[in-house]
Amino acid sequence: MNLQIIMWGIGVIEALVLSPVLPGIINKVKAFFAGRKGPSVFQLYYDIIKLMKKRAVRSTTAGALFTIAPMTALITSVLMLILLPFAGKASPLGFAGDILLFLYLGGLGRVLTVCGAMDTGSSFEGMGASRECQFAILTEGTFMAVAGALMLMTRSFSLGGMLNFITTSDYNRYGIILVLLAVAMFVVVLTECCRLPVDDPDTHLELTMIHEAMILDNSGDELGIIHYAASLKMWILLSVEAMMILPADMNPVILLLTETLTVLFGSILIGTIESVTARYRFLKVPQFLVGSTALAFIAMFLLSLLQIQGA
Amino acid sequence: MTFISEILLALFLLAALRLAGASRLKHCIAVTACQGTVTALYPLFVHNWAEFSHDTNMQMILLALLTLGVKGFLLPALLVRAMHTAQVKRELEPLVSYPVSILLVVLFACGAFTLCVKYPVAPAGTSVLAAPSALIAIFTGLFIIVARKKAITQSIGFLFFENGITLFGACMKLEYGFLVEFGILLDVFVLVFVMGIAVFHISREFEHIDADRLHLLGDTMEPAKQGETAK
Repeated sequence: MNLQIIMWGIGVIEALVLSPVLPGIINKVKAFFAGRKGPSVFQLYYDIIKLMKKRAVRSTTAGALFTIAPMTALITSVLMLILLPFAGKASPLGFAGDILLFLYLGGLGRVLTVCGAMDTGSSFEGMGASRECQFAILTEGTFMAVAGALMLMTRSFSLGGMLNFITTSDYNRYGIILVLLAVAMFVVVLTECCRLPVDDPDTHLELTMIHEAMILDNSGDELGIIHYAASLKMWILLSVEAMMILPADMNPVILLLTETLTVLFGSILIGTIESVTARYRFLKVPQFLVGSTALAFIAMFLLSLLQIQGA
Repeated sequence: MTFISEILLALFLLAALRLAGASRLKHCIAVTACQGTVTALYPLFVHNWAEFSHDTNMQMILLALLTLGVKGFLLPALLVRAMHTAQVKRELEPLVSYPVSILLVVLFACGAFTLCVKYPVAPAGTSVLAAPSALIAIFTGLFIIVARKKAITQSIGFLFFENGITLFGACMKLEYGFLVEFGILLDVFVLVFVMGIAVFHISREFEHIDADRLHLLGDTMEPAKQGETAK
Protein backbone atom coordinates (compact mmCIF):
# COMPACT_ATOMS: atom_id res chain seq x y z
CA MET A 1 0.00 0.00 0.00
CA ASN A 2 2.81 2.35 0.92
CA LEU A 3 4.70 1.47 -2.21
CA GLN A 4 1.62 2.29 -4.29
CA ILE A 5 1.16 5.75 -2.85
CA ILE A 6 4.86 6.46 -3.39
CA MET A 7 4.55 5.29 -6.99
CA TRP A 8 1.50 7.51 -7.41
CA GLY A 9 3.53 10.49 -6.23
CA ILE A 10 6.33 9.55 -8.61
CA GLY A 11 3.76 9.35 -11.42
CA VAL A 12 2.57 12.90 -10.72
CA ILE A 13 6.07 14.33 -10.46
CA GLU A 14 7.11 12.47 -13.58
CA ALA A 15 4.23 14.04 -15.51
CA LEU A 16 5.17 17.50 -14.24
CA VAL A 17 8.80 17.06 -15.18
CA LEU A 18 8.63 15.03 -18.36
CA SER A 19 5.58 16.47 -20.13
CA PRO A 20 7.46 19.07 -22.24
CA VAL A 21 9.30 16.18 -23.85
CA LEU A 22 6.14 15.08 -25.70
CA PRO A 23 6.02 17.92 -28.27
CA GLY A 24 9.76 17.35 -28.69
CA ILE A 25 9.21 13.70 -29.56
CA ILE A 26 6.41 14.60 -31.98
CA ASN A 27 8.65 17.10 -33.75
CA LYS A 28 11.49 14.60 -33.87
CA VAL A 29 9.22 11.99 -35.49
CA LYS A 30 7.99 14.54 -37.99
CA ALA A 31 11.57 15.53 -38.76
CA PHE A 32 12.44 11.86 -39.26
CA PHE A 33 9.63 11.46 -41.78
CA ALA A 34 10.69 14.62 -43.59
CA GLY A 35 14.30 13.44 -43.71
CA ARG A 36 15.53 16.28 -41.49
CA LYS A 37 17.55 16.15 -38.31
CA GLY A 38 15.03 18.29 -36.44
CA PRO A 39 15.32 20.18 -33.15
CA SER A 40 16.36 18.42 -29.97
CA VAL A 41 13.76 16.44 -28.07
CA PHE A 42 14.28 18.88 -25.18
CA GLN A 43 13.67 21.97 -27.31
CA LEU A 44 10.49 22.92 -25.45
CA TYR A 45 12.43 23.00 -22.15
CA TYR A 46 14.87 25.50 -23.67
CA ASP A 47 12.00 27.54 -25.09
CA ILE A 48 10.14 27.61 -21.79
CA ILE A 49 13.27 28.56 -19.84
CA LYS A 50 14.02 31.32 -22.35
CA LEU A 51 10.45 32.60 -22.20
CA MET A 52 10.32 32.52 -18.39
CA LYS A 53 13.27 34.93 -18.26
CA LYS A 54 11.37 37.47 -20.37
CA ARG A 55 8.70 39.94 -19.41
CA ALA A 56 5.23 39.71 -20.99
CA VAL A 57 4.14 42.50 -23.30
CA ARG A 58 0.45 43.27 -23.04
CA SER A 59 -1.86 44.99 -25.44
CA THR A 60 -3.36 48.22 -24.08
CA THR A 61 -6.88 46.93 -24.64
CA ALA A 62 -6.25 43.74 -22.67
CA GLY A 63 -7.70 43.59 -19.18
CA ALA A 64 -7.53 41.29 -16.19
CA LEU A 65 -8.86 38.21 -17.98
CA PHE A 66 -5.91 38.23 -20.34
CA THR A 67 -3.58 38.19 -17.33
CA ILE A 68 -5.20 35.35 -15.44
CA ALA A 69 -5.85 33.10 -18.47
CA PRO A 70 -2.37 31.47 -18.66
CA MET A 71 -2.25 30.80 -14.93
CA THR A 72 -5.75 29.26 -14.98
CA ALA A 73 -4.74 26.98 -17.81
CA LEU A 74 -1.78 25.80 -15.76
CA ILE A 75 -3.69 25.41 -12.49
CA THR A 76 -6.57 23.48 -14.05
CA SER A 77 -4.09 21.18 -15.79
CA VAL A 78 -2.28 20.46 -12.53
CA LEU A 79 -5.59 19.81 -10.77
CA MET A 80 -6.60 17.42 -13.54
CA LEU A 81 -3.26 15.68 -13.12
CA ILE A 82 -3.63 15.06 -9.40
CA LEU A 83 -7.08 13.55 -9.90
CA LEU A 84 -5.60 10.80 -12.05
CA PRO A 85 -4.78 7.36 -10.65
CA PHE A 86 -1.14 6.54 -11.32
CA ALA A 87 0.39 3.09 -10.95
CA GLY A 88 -2.98 1.53 -10.18
CA LYS A 89 -3.49 3.69 -7.10
CA ALA A 90 -6.52 5.94 -7.04
CA SER A 91 -5.71 9.56 -6.32
CA PRO A 92 -6.00 10.50 -2.61
CA LEU A 93 -8.26 13.33 -3.81
CA GLY A 94 -10.50 11.03 -5.84
CA PHE A 95 -14.18 10.60 -5.10
CA ALA A 96 -17.16 9.05 -6.86
CA GLY A 97 -17.98 11.33 -9.78
CA ASP A 98 -14.56 12.95 -10.01
CA ILE A 99 -14.62 12.22 -13.75
CA LEU A 100 -16.98 15.19 -14.10
CA LEU A 101 -14.68 17.42 -12.13
CA PHE A 102 -11.85 16.21 -14.36
CA LEU A 103 -13.78 17.02 -17.52
CA TYR A 104 -14.96 20.44 -16.38
CA LEU A 105 -11.62 21.50 -15.00
CA GLY A 106 -10.50 21.10 -18.60
CA GLY A 107 -13.57 23.11 -19.60
CA LEU A 108 -12.73 25.88 -17.11
CA GLY A 109 -9.20 26.14 -18.42
CA ARG A 110 -10.55 26.40 -21.93
CA VAL A 111 -13.20 29.00 -21.10
CA LEU A 112 -10.61 31.27 -19.51
CA THR A 113 -8.19 30.79 -22.41
CA VAL A 114 -11.01 31.72 -24.77
CA CYS A 115 -11.99 34.74 -22.65
CA GLY A 116 -8.34 35.80 -22.48
CA ALA A 117 -8.11 35.55 -26.24
CA MET A 118 -11.26 37.66 -26.71
CA ASP A 119 -9.93 40.15 -24.18
CA THR A 120 -7.08 41.21 -26.45
CA GLY A 121 -9.59 42.86 -28.75
CA SER A 122 -8.12 41.23 -31.82
CA SER A 123 -10.78 39.85 -34.16
CA PHE A 124 -8.30 37.24 -35.27
CA GLU A 125 -8.14 35.72 -31.82
CA GLY A 126 -11.89 35.82 -31.54
CA MET A 127 -11.99 33.67 -34.63
CA GLY A 128 -9.64 31.12 -33.08
CA ALA A 129 -11.72 31.18 -29.89
CA SER A 130 -14.91 30.51 -31.80
CA ARG A 131 -13.39 27.49 -33.53
CA GLU A 132 -11.95 26.17 -30.29
CA CYS A 133 -15.40 26.29 -28.68
CA GLN A 134 -17.11 24.66 -31.63
CA PHE A 135 -14.82 21.65 -31.54
CA ALA A 136 -14.71 21.53 -27.75
CA ILE A 137 -18.45 20.89 -27.61
CA LEU A 138 -18.06 17.85 -29.82
CA THR A 139 -15.01 16.46 -28.00
CA GLU A 140 -16.78 16.82 -24.69
CA GLY A 141 -19.52 14.61 -26.12
CA THR A 142 -16.98 12.02 -27.20
CA PHE A 143 -15.21 12.10 -23.85
CA MET A 144 -18.47 11.66 -21.97
CA ALA A 145 -19.46 8.77 -24.24
CA VAL A 146 -16.12 7.07 -23.58
CA ALA A 147 -16.50 7.75 -19.87
CA GLY A 148 -20.04 6.39 -19.99
CA ALA A 149 -18.86 3.17 -21.60
CA LEU A 150 -16.13 2.85 -18.96
CA MET A 151 -18.67 3.44 -16.19
CA LEU A 152 -20.87 0.75 -17.65
CA MET A 153 -17.93 -1.62 -17.89
CA THR A 154 -16.54 -1.06 -14.41
CA ARG A 155 -19.67 -0.01 -12.50
CA SER A 156 -17.58 2.69 -10.93
CA PHE A 157 -17.94 6.46 -11.04
CA SER A 158 -14.48 7.53 -9.99
CA LEU A 159 -11.42 7.87 -12.18
CA GLY A 160 -9.55 5.47 -9.91
CA GLY A 161 -12.08 2.70 -10.41
CA MET A 162 -12.75 3.37 -14.07
CA LEU A 163 -9.27 3.58 -15.44
CA ASN A 164 -7.46 0.76 -13.73
CA PHE A 165 -9.99 -1.95 -14.19
CA ILE A 166 -8.89 -4.23 -17.01
CA THR A 167 -6.94 -7.30 -16.00
CA THR A 168 -4.89 -9.47 -18.32
CA SER A 169 -7.66 -12.04 -18.59
CA ASP A 170 -10.27 -9.46 -19.59
CA TYR A 171 -8.84 -8.78 -23.03
CA ASN A 172 -10.63 -11.70 -24.58
CA ARG A 173 -13.96 -10.42 -23.34
CA TYR A 174 -13.54 -6.68 -23.71
CA GLY A 175 -10.95 -6.57 -26.50
CA ILE A 176 -13.13 -5.11 -29.26
CA ILE A 177 -14.75 -2.61 -26.93
CA LEU A 178 -11.37 -1.40 -25.69
CA VAL A 179 -10.15 -0.94 -29.25
CA LEU A 180 -13.20 1.19 -30.12
CA LEU A 181 -12.87 3.23 -26.93
CA ALA A 182 -9.13 3.69 -27.45
CA VAL A 183 -9.69 5.03 -30.98
CA ALA A 184 -12.43 7.41 -29.77
CA MET A 185 -10.22 8.59 -26.91
CA PHE A 186 -7.31 9.12 -29.26
CA VAL A 187 -9.46 11.43 -31.37
CA VAL A 188 -10.19 13.37 -28.17
CA VAL A 189 -6.45 13.61 -27.51
CA LEU A 190 -5.77 14.85 -31.04
CA THR A 191 -8.50 17.49 -30.84
CA GLU A 192 -7.85 18.68 -27.30
CA CYS A 193 -4.12 18.95 -27.89
CA CYS A 194 -4.70 20.80 -31.16
CA ARG A 195 -2.88 18.34 -33.37
CA LEU A 196 -3.49 17.28 -36.96
CA PRO A 197 -5.89 16.42 -38.57
CA VAL A 198 -8.01 18.90 -36.59
CA ASP A 199 -5.64 21.79 -35.97
CA ASP A 200 -2.18 22.33 -37.37
CA PRO A 201 0.19 23.51 -34.62
CA ASP A 202 2.85 24.61 -37.12
CA THR A 203 0.79 26.79 -39.35
CA HIS A 204 0.66 30.55 -39.22
CA LEU A 205 -2.00 30.99 -41.84
CA GLU A 206 -4.96 32.75 -40.36
CA LEU A 207 -7.47 30.53 -42.10
CA THR A 208 -6.25 27.36 -40.45
CA MET A 209 -5.21 28.25 -36.93
CA ILE A 210 -7.17 27.42 -33.81
CA HIS A 211 -5.07 27.21 -30.67
CA GLU A 212 -2.18 29.23 -32.10
CA ALA A 213 -4.61 31.98 -33.07
CA MET A 214 -5.83 32.28 -29.49
CA ILE A 215 -2.43 32.72 -27.93
CA LEU A 216 -0.97 34.98 -30.58
CA ASP A 217 -0.87 38.00 -28.28
CA ASN A 218 0.67 36.18 -25.34
CA SER A 219 4.36 36.67 -24.84
CA GLY A 220 7.18 36.22 -22.36
CA ASP A 221 6.59 34.21 -19.22
CA GLU A 222 2.86 33.98 -19.95
CA LEU A 223 3.53 32.24 -23.25
CA GLY A 224 5.96 29.90 -21.47
CA ILE A 225 3.24 28.97 -18.98
CA ILE A 226 0.75 28.33 -21.80
CA HIS A 227 3.20 26.07 -23.63
CA TYR A 228 3.91 24.14 -20.44
CA ALA A 229 0.19 23.78 -19.61
CA ALA A 230 -0.53 22.52 -23.13
CA SER A 231 2.16 19.84 -22.93
CA LEU A 232 0.94 18.84 -19.47
CA LYS A 233 -2.57 18.48 -20.84
CA MET A 234 -1.27 16.21 -23.58
CA TRP A 235 0.50 14.05 -20.99
CA ILE A 236 -2.69 13.86 -18.92
CA LEU A 237 -4.92 12.83 -21.80
CA LEU A 238 -2.44 10.29 -23.11
CA SER A 239 -2.18 8.92 -19.56
CA VAL A 240 -5.95 8.47 -19.45
CA GLU A 241 -5.70 6.53 -22.68
CA ALA A 242 -2.82 4.43 -21.35
CA MET A 243 -4.59 3.66 -18.06
CA MET A 244 -7.70 2.69 -19.96
CA ILE A 245 -6.04 0.00 -22.04
CA LEU A 246 -3.27 -1.30 -19.78
CA PRO A 247 -3.94 -4.23 -17.44
CA ALA A 248 -3.90 -3.12 -13.80
CA ASP A 249 -2.92 -6.42 -12.22
CA MET A 250 0.81 -5.72 -12.32
CA ASN A 251 3.45 -4.65 -9.91
CA PRO A 252 3.01 -0.87 -9.34
CA VAL A 253 6.57 -0.14 -10.43
CA ILE A 254 6.17 -2.02 -13.71
CA LEU A 255 2.70 -0.53 -14.22
CA LEU A 256 3.99 3.02 -13.87
CA LEU A 257 6.81 2.21 -16.25
CA THR A 258 4.47 0.77 -18.88
CA GLU A 259 2.14 3.75 -18.47
CA THR A 260 5.02 6.12 -19.13
CA LEU A 261 6.17 4.10 -22.12
CA THR A 262 2.62 4.04 -23.51
CA VAL A 263 2.39 7.82 -23.17
CA LEU A 264 5.69 8.23 -25.00
CA PHE A 265 4.53 5.77 -27.64
CA GLY A 266 1.32 7.80 -27.96
CA SER A 267 3.37 10.88 -28.82
CA ILE A 268 5.28 8.88 -31.45
CA LEU A 269 1.90 7.82 -32.87
CA ILE A 270 0.72 11.44 -32.96
CA GLY A 271 3.92 12.38 -34.77
CA THR A 272 3.38 9.61 -37.30
CA ILE A 273 -0.23 10.67 -37.89
CA GLU A 274 0.88 14.27 -38.36
CA SER A 275 3.48 13.17 -40.88
CA VAL A 276 1.16 11.13 -43.05
CA THR A 277 -2.15 13.03 -42.96
CA ALA A 278 -3.30 16.44 -44.05
CA ARG A 279 -5.49 18.71 -41.98
CA TYR A 280 -9.21 18.27 -42.56
CA ARG A 281 -11.34 21.04 -43.97
CA PHE A 282 -13.16 22.82 -41.19
CA LEU A 283 -16.49 21.51 -42.38
CA LYS A 284 -15.21 17.99 -42.16
CA VAL A 285 -13.92 18.20 -38.59
CA PRO A 286 -17.36 17.96 -36.93
CA GLN A 287 -18.00 14.83 -38.96
CA PHE A 288 -14.72 13.35 -37.74
CA LEU A 289 -15.63 14.13 -34.13
CA VAL A 290 -19.21 12.91 -34.45
CA GLY A 291 -17.79 9.71 -35.95
CA SER A 292 -15.61 9.18 -32.89
CA THR A 293 -18.61 9.80 -30.61
CA ALA A 294 -20.49 7.20 -32.63
CA LEU A 295 -17.65 4.73 -32.05
CA ALA A 296 -17.88 5.27 -28.32
CA PHE A 297 -21.65 4.82 -28.41
CA ILE A 298 -21.35 1.61 -30.42
CA ALA A 299 -18.86 0.38 -27.83
CA MET A 300 -21.40 1.19 -25.14
CA PHE A 301 -24.13 -0.80 -26.92
CA LEU A 302 -21.81 -3.77 -27.44
CA LEU A 303 -20.90 -3.63 -23.79
CA SER A 304 -24.47 -3.62 -22.55
CA LEU A 305 -25.18 -6.56 -24.82
CA LEU A 306 -22.18 -8.46 -23.51
CA GLN A 307 -23.24 -7.79 -19.94
CA ILE A 308 -26.77 -8.96 -20.58
CA GLN A 309 -25.36 -12.09 -22.15
CA GLY A 310 -22.98 -12.59 -19.23
CA ALA A 311 -25.64 -12.09 -16.59
CA MET B 1 -12.95 -19.05 -33.46
CA THR B 2 -15.55 -17.02 -31.55
CA PHE B 3 -13.08 -14.19 -31.10
CA ILE B 4 -12.50 -13.94 -34.85
CA SER B 5 -16.22 -14.03 -35.58
CA GLU B 6 -16.81 -11.24 -33.04
CA ILE B 7 -14.16 -9.14 -34.74
CA LEU B 8 -15.83 -9.79 -38.10
CA LEU B 9 -19.15 -8.65 -36.68
CA ALA B 10 -17.58 -5.53 -35.21
CA LEU B 11 -16.11 -4.75 -38.64
CA PHE B 12 -19.55 -5.29 -40.14
CA LEU B 13 -20.95 -2.76 -37.67
CA LEU B 14 -18.22 -0.21 -38.29
CA ALA B 15 -18.80 -0.51 -42.05
CA ALA B 16 -22.27 0.97 -41.48
CA LEU B 17 -20.76 3.97 -39.68
CA ARG B 18 -18.17 4.45 -42.37
CA LEU B 19 -20.71 4.25 -45.18
CA ALA B 20 -22.91 6.85 -43.51
CA GLY B 21 -19.97 9.25 -43.30
CA ALA B 22 -18.32 8.60 -46.66
CA SER B 23 -18.80 11.15 -49.41
CA ARG B 24 -16.43 9.75 -52.03
CA LEU B 25 -18.06 6.99 -54.03
CA LYS B 26 -14.72 5.17 -54.13
CA HIS B 27 -14.80 4.87 -50.35
CA CYS B 28 -18.47 3.85 -50.33
CA ILE B 29 -17.73 1.03 -52.76
CA ALA B 30 -14.64 -0.07 -50.83
CA VAL B 31 -16.65 -0.19 -47.59
CA THR B 32 -19.36 -2.24 -49.25
CA ALA B 33 -16.79 -4.64 -50.72
CA CYS B 34 -15.23 -5.13 -47.27
CA GLN B 35 -18.65 -5.71 -45.82
CA GLY B 36 -19.43 -8.24 -48.54
CA THR B 37 -16.20 -10.07 -47.74
CA VAL B 38 -17.11 -10.19 -44.06
CA THR B 39 -20.59 -11.45 -44.97
CA ALA B 40 -19.06 -14.22 -47.02
CA LEU B 41 -16.52 -15.27 -44.41
CA TYR B 42 -18.68 -15.04 -41.30
CA PRO B 43 -20.64 -18.32 -41.77
CA LEU B 44 -17.37 -20.24 -42.10
CA PHE B 45 -16.30 -19.16 -38.63
CA VAL B 46 -19.54 -20.03 -36.88
CA HIS B 47 -20.28 -23.26 -38.76
CA ASN B 48 -20.00 -26.40 -36.69
CA TRP B 49 -17.94 -28.50 -39.07
CA ALA B 50 -18.02 -31.77 -37.16
CA GLU B 51 -21.77 -31.81 -36.73
CA PHE B 52 -22.78 -31.78 -40.40
CA SER B 53 -22.30 -34.15 -43.29
CA HIS B 54 -19.57 -33.74 -45.84
CA ASP B 55 -22.05 -32.52 -48.47
CA THR B 56 -23.42 -29.76 -46.27
CA ASN B 57 -19.91 -28.65 -45.45
CA MET B 58 -19.00 -28.50 -49.13
CA GLN B 59 -22.16 -26.47 -49.77
CA MET B 60 -21.10 -24.03 -47.08
CA ILE B 61 -17.70 -23.55 -48.66
CA LEU B 62 -19.16 -23.21 -52.13
CA LEU B 63 -21.68 -20.63 -50.96
CA ALA B 64 -18.96 -18.68 -49.12
CA LEU B 65 -16.77 -18.65 -52.23
CA LEU B 66 -19.66 -17.56 -54.43
CA THR B 67 -20.71 -14.80 -52.05
CA LEU B 68 -17.11 -13.67 -51.76
CA GLY B 69 -16.75 -13.59 -55.53
CA VAL B 70 -20.00 -11.76 -56.21
CA LYS B 71 -20.25 -9.40 -53.24
CA GLY B 72 -16.58 -8.91 -52.52
CA PHE B 73 -15.26 -8.51 -56.07
CA LEU B 74 -17.71 -8.67 -58.97
CA LEU B 75 -20.35 -6.17 -57.88
CA PRO B 76 -17.86 -3.65 -56.45
CA ALA B 77 -15.89 -3.88 -59.72
CA LEU B 78 -19.11 -3.26 -61.63
CA LEU B 79 -19.92 -0.27 -59.45
CA VAL B 80 -16.41 1.13 -59.92
CA ARG B 81 -16.88 0.80 -63.67
CA ALA B 82 -20.26 2.51 -63.48
CA MET B 83 -18.65 5.27 -61.43
CA HIS B 84 -15.99 5.85 -64.06
CA THR B 85 -18.47 5.73 -66.94
CA ALA B 86 -20.88 8.13 -65.28
CA GLN B 87 -17.92 10.30 -64.26
CA VAL B 88 -19.11 10.89 -60.72
CA LYS B 89 -16.65 10.87 -57.88
CA ARG B 90 -18.61 12.01 -54.88
CA GLU B 91 -22.10 12.55 -53.60
CA LEU B 92 -22.20 16.33 -53.54
CA GLU B 93 -25.48 17.31 -51.96
CA PRO B 94 -26.88 14.48 -49.88
CA LEU B 95 -30.43 14.99 -48.65
CA VAL B 96 -29.21 14.24 -45.11
CA SER B 97 -25.79 15.61 -44.16
CA TYR B 98 -22.98 13.28 -43.17
CA PRO B 99 -22.75 14.04 -39.43
CA VAL B 100 -26.51 13.63 -39.14
CA SER B 101 -26.26 10.34 -41.04
CA ILE B 102 -23.65 9.07 -38.59
CA LEU B 103 -25.83 10.03 -35.64
CA LEU B 104 -28.78 8.29 -37.26
CA VAL B 105 -26.73 5.10 -37.62
CA VAL B 106 -26.00 5.32 -33.90
CA LEU B 107 -29.73 5.66 -33.36
CA PHE B 108 -30.35 2.61 -35.56
CA ALA B 109 -27.75 0.73 -33.52
CA CYS B 110 -29.50 1.71 -30.30
CA GLY B 111 -32.82 0.55 -31.70
CA ALA B 112 -31.45 -2.70 -33.10
CA PHE B 113 -29.67 -3.63 -29.87
CA THR B 114 -32.74 -2.85 -27.79
CA LEU B 115 -34.92 -4.86 -30.12
CA CYS B 116 -32.62 -7.86 -30.08
CA VAL B 117 -32.23 -7.80 -26.32
CA LYS B 118 -35.97 -7.63 -25.82
CA TYR B 119 -36.90 -10.17 -28.47
CA PRO B 120 -33.99 -12.56 -28.93
CA VAL B 121 -34.40 -13.97 -32.43
CA ALA B 122 -31.13 -15.79 -32.92
CA PRO B 123 -30.99 -19.46 -31.92
CA ALA B 124 -28.80 -20.39 -28.96
CA GLY B 125 -25.13 -20.63 -29.73
CA THR B 126 -24.93 -17.73 -32.16
CA SER B 127 -23.18 -14.58 -31.15
CA VAL B 128 -25.43 -11.95 -29.54
CA LEU B 129 -23.88 -9.42 -31.88
CA ALA B 130 -24.95 -11.13 -35.08
CA ALA B 131 -28.65 -10.22 -35.25
CA PRO B 132 -28.21 -6.55 -34.22
CA SER B 133 -25.32 -6.11 -36.69
CA ALA B 134 -27.47 -7.49 -39.48
CA LEU B 135 -30.39 -5.24 -38.52
CA ILE B 136 -28.14 -2.18 -38.42
CA ALA B 137 -26.85 -2.97 -41.92
CA ILE B 138 -30.44 -3.37 -43.14
CA PHE B 139 -31.52 -0.04 -41.62
CA THR B 140 -28.41 1.75 -42.86
CA GLY B 141 -28.81 0.37 -46.38
CA LEU B 142 -32.42 1.53 -46.55
CA PHE B 143 -31.45 4.88 -45.12
CA ILE B 144 -28.73 5.36 -47.75
CA ILE B 145 -31.25 4.55 -50.47
CA VAL B 146 -33.59 7.32 -49.34
CA ALA B 147 -31.01 9.85 -48.17
CA ARG B 148 -28.72 10.04 -51.19
CA LYS B 149 -29.47 11.38 -54.62
CA LYS B 150 -27.10 9.64 -56.98
CA ALA B 151 -28.37 6.41 -58.51
CA ILE B 152 -25.03 4.76 -57.91
CA THR B 153 -25.06 5.55 -54.18
CA GLN B 154 -28.56 4.17 -54.00
CA SER B 155 -27.45 0.89 -55.52
CA ILE B 156 -24.59 0.80 -53.01
CA GLY B 157 -27.22 1.24 -50.30
CA PHE B 158 -29.19 -1.64 -51.76
CA LEU B 159 -26.13 -3.88 -51.79
CA PHE B 160 -25.44 -2.94 -48.18
CA PHE B 161 -29.03 -3.76 -47.25
CA GLU B 162 -28.77 -7.16 -48.94
CA ASN B 163 -25.54 -7.91 -47.08
CA GLY B 164 -27.46 -7.34 -43.88
CA ILE B 165 -30.13 -9.80 -44.97
CA THR B 166 -27.50 -12.40 -45.88
CA LEU B 167 -25.86 -12.04 -42.48
CA PHE B 168 -29.23 -12.33 -40.82
CA GLY B 169 -29.83 -15.55 -42.74
CA ALA B 170 -26.41 -16.84 -41.79
CA CYS B 171 -26.95 -16.28 -38.09
CA MET B 172 -30.41 -17.87 -38.19
CA LYS B 173 -28.92 -21.18 -39.38
CA LEU B 174 -31.91 -21.84 -41.60
CA GLU B 175 -32.90 -25.23 -42.85
CA TYR B 176 -32.19 -25.31 -46.59
CA GLY B 177 -30.14 -22.17 -45.91
CA PHE B 178 -28.04 -22.92 -48.94
CA LEU B 179 -30.96 -22.65 -51.34
CA VAL B 180 -32.33 -19.50 -49.73
CA GLU B 181 -29.01 -17.72 -49.70
CA PHE B 182 -28.23 -18.79 -53.20
CA GLY B 183 -31.55 -17.29 -54.33
CA ILE B 184 -30.83 -14.03 -52.54
CA LEU B 185 -27.39 -13.88 -54.10
CA LEU B 186 -28.79 -14.31 -57.59
CA ASP B 187 -31.42 -11.68 -56.89
CA VAL B 188 -28.88 -9.14 -55.70
CA PHE B 189 -26.57 -9.87 -58.59
CA VAL B 190 -29.27 -9.30 -61.18
CA LEU B 191 -30.59 -6.15 -59.48
CA VAL B 192 -27.23 -4.47 -59.06
CA PHE B 193 -26.33 -5.48 -62.58
CA VAL B 194 -29.48 -3.87 -63.93
CA MET B 195 -28.89 -0.77 -61.82
CA GLY B 196 -25.35 -0.55 -63.12
CA ILE B 197 -26.60 -0.61 -66.68
CA ALA B 198 -29.32 1.89 -65.81
CA VAL B 199 -26.65 4.22 -64.46
CA PHE B 200 -24.80 4.05 -67.80
CA HIS B 201 -27.93 4.98 -69.66
CA ILE B 202 -29.10 7.69 -67.28
CA SER B 203 -25.70 9.33 -67.35
CA ARG B 204 -25.61 9.19 -71.15
CA GLU B 205 -29.04 10.80 -71.46
CA PHE B 206 -28.85 13.46 -68.78
CA GLU B 207 -25.12 13.88 -68.09
CA HIS B 208 -25.73 13.33 -64.39
CA ILE B 209 -27.21 10.56 -62.30
CA ASP B 210 -29.27 12.42 -59.74
CA ALA B 211 -32.35 10.27 -59.34
CA ASP B 212 -34.41 13.23 -58.12
CA ARG B 213 -34.16 14.84 -61.55
CA LEU B 214 -36.20 12.03 -63.03
CA HIS B 215 -39.35 14.10 -62.47
CA LEU B 216 -38.24 16.16 -65.45
CA LEU B 217 -39.35 13.23 -67.58
CA GLY B 218 -43.01 14.34 -67.55
CA ASP B 219 -44.50 14.92 -71.00
CA THR B 220 -47.61 16.94 -70.19
CA MET B 221 -46.23 20.11 -68.63
CA GLU B 222 -43.13 22.18 -69.03
CA PRO B 223 -41.07 21.02 -66.09
CA ALA B 224 -39.15 24.29 -65.58
CA LYS B 225 -42.34 26.31 -65.11
CA GLN B 226 -43.72 23.76 -62.74
CA GLY B 227 -40.56 24.05 -60.67
CA GLU B 228 -40.92 27.83 -60.53
CA THR B 229 -44.48 27.78 -59.30
CA ALA B 230 -43.53 25.25 -56.66
CA LYS B 231 -40.95 27.66 -55.32
